[in-house]
Amino acid sequence: MYGVGLIKGLGVTIKNLILPGRQFTIHQYPDRKIGPIGLARMEGKNPLAFALSRPGETLKAMMGLVSVPDKRQDQHPRFRGEEFSWYDNRCTGCASCAKYCPLGIIKIVTSPSETAMQEGDKYAIDVFDIDIGRCMFCGLCVEACPYDALHMGSGFEEGTYTRAELVINVDMLKAAPKKPSQWFRPQLTSQNYNPLDSDGKEASSQDVHRHEKPSQSDQEKTWGQR
Amino acid sequence: MAVKTEPVTINLGPQHPSTHGVFRLRVKFDGEVVLDVEPVFGYLHRGTEKLAESRTYVQIVTLTDRLDYTASMSNNLSYVLAVEKLAGIEAPERAQYIRVICAELARISSHLMATGFLLNDLGAFATPLMYCFRERERILDLFEMLCGARITVSYMRPGGVLQDPPDDFWPALTRINDDLPQYFDELESLITGNEIVLARTRDVGTISAEHAINASISGPILRATGVQWDVRRADPYEIYDRLDFDIPIGAVGDTFDRYLVRIQEMRESVKIIRQCIEQTPDGPYRADAPWFIRAPEGDAYAAVEGPKGELGFYMVSDGDISPYRCKIRAPSFINLTALTDMLVGWKMGDLITIFGSLDVVLGEVDR
Repeated sequence: MYGVGLIKGLGVTIKNLILPGRQFTIHQYPDRKIGPIGLARMEGKNPLAFALSRPGETLKAMMGLVSVPDKRQDQHPRFRGEEFSWYDNRCTGCASCAKYCPLGIIKIVTSPSETAMQEGDKYAIDVFDIDIGRCMFCGLCVEACPYDALHMGSGFEEGTYTRAELVINVDMLKAAPKKPSQWFRPQLTSQNYNPLDSDGKEASSQDVHRHEKPSQSDQEKTWGQR
Repeated sequence: MAVKTEPVTINLGPQHPSTHGVFRLRVKFDGEVVLDVEPVFGYLHRGTEKLAESRTYVQIVTLTDRLDYTASMSNNLSYVLAVEKLAGIEAPERAQYIRVICAELARISSHLMATGFLLNDLGAFATPLMYCFRERERILDLFEMLCGARITVSYMRPGGVLQDPPDDFWPALTRINDDLPQYFDELESLITGNEIVLARTRDVGTISAEHAINASISGPILRATGVQWDVRRADPYEIYDRLDFDIPIGAVGDTFDRYLVRIQEMRESVKIIRQCIEQTPDGPYRADAPWFIRAPEGDAYAAVEGPKGELGFYMVSDGDISPYRCKIRAPSFINLTALTDMLVGWKMGDLITIFGSLDVVLGEVDR
């Protein structure tokens, strides 16, 4: 019979409109208002049952007075984002990250420090600029760092008015909150460290480090024969 | 009295939303009937193949994400396979399973997008598209769990994958995989029996099997014509020879068949992922490949069955840390070659539908 398919399709649409437990396709921004159906769905209930059990809130939602609760969608711990976590005490200024960056947006200038280089002292880092206006957040710089000094962050709302403001310099890197992403950091994964969990434990500078030093043969394997 | 008429040439695109990107069609119309079509592309050309020549083998992975951005994982897989062949690296078994799972998830997400946009082109604005995107969203969430990015994944490396999936990945994958067939049922009850869709897509934009083979078309468009050609079966890579799956084919090769083949392929992908979840062994996920791969002199070609068709990378090495030449066989680009023959004689409204059913991604066409 002609038209059966149309009615069936309409049934699917109605089912999606009414049945709870169907996910939001678009997560609403916190300042947006929510209607009665959206409110019921957020609670995971049938709109009809919700309206009967809580008529006051439904009425308020119909008048457009209920806003979406300020609850962010969960990011995953490996999320690669802005706010690079850089550990000053671990960085030797070797510029592996700069060499490995496919776009060449990391600029590092070092000068020999006063003390004896032979006794394990490191270079002083004068410039460490990351131009995140051109960064594609591939995470190769993190992969390249031999001393676990650079980590991806979890920020994504860092809009600025000019491109020049998007360049992160060494002072900003030092001052930035340390929320290292688990991307390419298996030691963070094994500790169940979640960079986005504000209530959870804050990883100390030691915790995010790889503890065992790789052997000479391991290093050669990883870094290729020189 | 006879009115004198003449054909009108109309520019469709490059900013037209139904061209799925920046693609331009110079169409000559007689009234509403298409007389001639001239595809114009290159608006999104970024020089990926040339850029690859000045980058190391690992850095090129980030470029491959940006080819077919609806299925980045398939691009990664194809590239990584080519480099492994070139440099003689063998990926561990666990990595192969993980990569197959990722590629199949990418296929589902790409096909969902193709189906949704086909309906969008038909005029069913946004509603079916949003259903498709809801499912795709969950797959992208899985990718974020794996590697921290949703579209530009850069997850695979020559010799395996970058990082083992987190512990909560496997239950999440099983859950989504079990949910997906019912989503497809819902999508099919919305579309497959719909009289308007049938009237608009049945026997529209038909292409014969001989023509498709002559134009070296691959993927769902070829299979919709009834040719059972699938790189996964014809030249099995990774662990596809251990998996049990069917290759759905269409009957006549019209727009509706192309849609139906995609839906059935997604069901097969779910089957493949289910088998992979059962079979994935423990063990290393990345081979001991150096970071600066110095491939020996020579060349290698590796193709995978991407969502759009046979996606291949041809790499030539001169022994340096970056390839001497990198050629990408982009399925979308080659599938476009038969576009003119498919479109001539159809009306303006069918033009959009036929083009939509080809599932072209301009990131891949222009490279």
